[in-house]
Amino acid sequence: MIRVVLPAHLRLLAHVDGEVKLDLAPPVTQRSILDALESRYPVLRGAIRDHATQRRRPFVRFFACAEDRSHDPPDAPLPDAVATGAEPFLVVGAMAGGC
Amino acid sequence: MSGVRALVGTKKGAFVLTSDGRRERWDISGPHFAGWEIYHVKGSPADPNRLYASQSSGWFGQQIQRSNDGGRTWEPVGNKFVYDGVPGTHQWYDGTPRPWEFKRVWHLEPSPKDPDAVYAGVEDAALFRTTDGGQTWQELAGLREHGSGPRWQPGAGGMCLHTILLDPRDSGRIFIAISAAGAFRTDDAGKTWKPINRGLVSAQIPDPTAEVGHCVHRIAMHGSRPNVLFMQKHWDVMRSDDAGESWHEVSGNLPTDFGFVIDVHAREPETIYVVPIKSDSEHFPLDGKLRVYRSRTGGNEWQALTKGLPQRDCYVNVLRDAMAVDALDPCGVYFGTTGGQVYASANAGDAWAPIVRDLPGVLSVEVQTLP
Repeated sequence: MIRVVLPAHLRLLAHVDGEVKLDLAPPVTQRSILDALESRYPVLRGAIRDHATQRRRPFVRFFACAEDRSHDPPDAPLPDAVATGAEPFLVVGAMAGGC
Repeated sequence: MSGVRALVGTKKGAFVLTSDGRRERWDISGPHFAGWEIYHVKGSPADPNRLYASQSSGWFGQQIQRSNDGGRTWEPVGNKFVYDGVPGTHQWYDGTPRPWEFKRVWHLEPSPKDPDAVYAGVEDAALFRTTDGGQTWQELAGLREHGSGPRWQPGAGGMCLHTILLDPRDSGRIFIAISAAGAFRTDDAGKTWKPINRGLVSAQIPDPTAEVGHCVHRIAMHGSRPNVLFMQKHWDVMRSDDAGESWHEVSGNLPTDFGFVIDVHAREPETIYVVPIKSDSEHFPLDGKLRVYRSRTGGNEWQALTKGLPQRDCYVNVLRDAMAVDALDPCGVYFGTTGGQVYASANAGDAWAPIVRDLPGVLSVEVQTLP
């Protein structure tokens, strides 16, 4: 069971309380998590990845096991701790100031 | 008694303000979509309970929200705005070519007849349309591809298509405006377009009378006279009596002819409103006095409206989509400020009072007159 933590804005948008739990077959990757997440919550399409390019939006980050995985290839396997659900996969709004 | 619903988009959410026809006491609901920038909220003339909202975030992109109950509840609809074909390039601020890239929806213009049909003006400048209530959006690419697109350049706020006027007498005719490209018109429902900027003079561009490149801030029309257009340009208040074929200046005795908003009285097509703003860079009212100016002669002769508005130490701005009128008699006029106030006048501008004064910065105000 994969655990995904969304930022508050996206939890509000998707009407999600707490963590999202996803059943995924290995290998577990950013792409497989995001595909499953968007399939369950279509409103998140375009909010994490660009509709056309499927690239991560510039001010969205992916953290796992206390490491920034934002620049990893989307098909790179994530750590076992994420794949087993011991650690969550975090989708984070970048600390970018704003007003 | 009839009522009024004001739809207010702010930098941190949407607010719905309602009153009866007296327009003295207001109920305020919101924030809807707290924390998100709401560029625009507008209701369908064909079904006043059908509302559309443009919800935007620098982090999480664009959403479109739809309500079927006048703003009490909302549901997200389609947010996929993909340019038709290979979009090519426009000019960047430094004059270099830059690929078109979707950023946000600035303005939503529902069809007067079909609650499921809506036009969307977006940044980077293009016009989209939905005919299924916002589930899917298609670009009317004839605008971006009509020929002058590679010469368009962003204004300070981005290269946004911010004004969409639908001719109530001719479903094929649409006027749009882009900062900083200018005004354009189609007569065949969006297939082909032409610039309508003859008569505009902009000292800030290399050829002040160029076909495109003018920073048009807003255009307004009275539905009974769709060939008469009023424009607040970066500088200059302009008027056209021939559907944009030619423009002439009607700034007249305004203390400054810079500003963003312009609107037309609901019952008097020669009565128009602007809010003069000091510029080029200050973007606040002259001398700290917030004044709406009204012309009852379609321009040139302007009267300052100050009653109920702050006349000292006021340094807010009024952005381009932040003025609206209702259809009651006497006509109600409304505007919102970057300081979070929404002011209303229930007597065509003679006297004003704040409906609410501590919202996040106001991006847009629209008003519905309810049966």
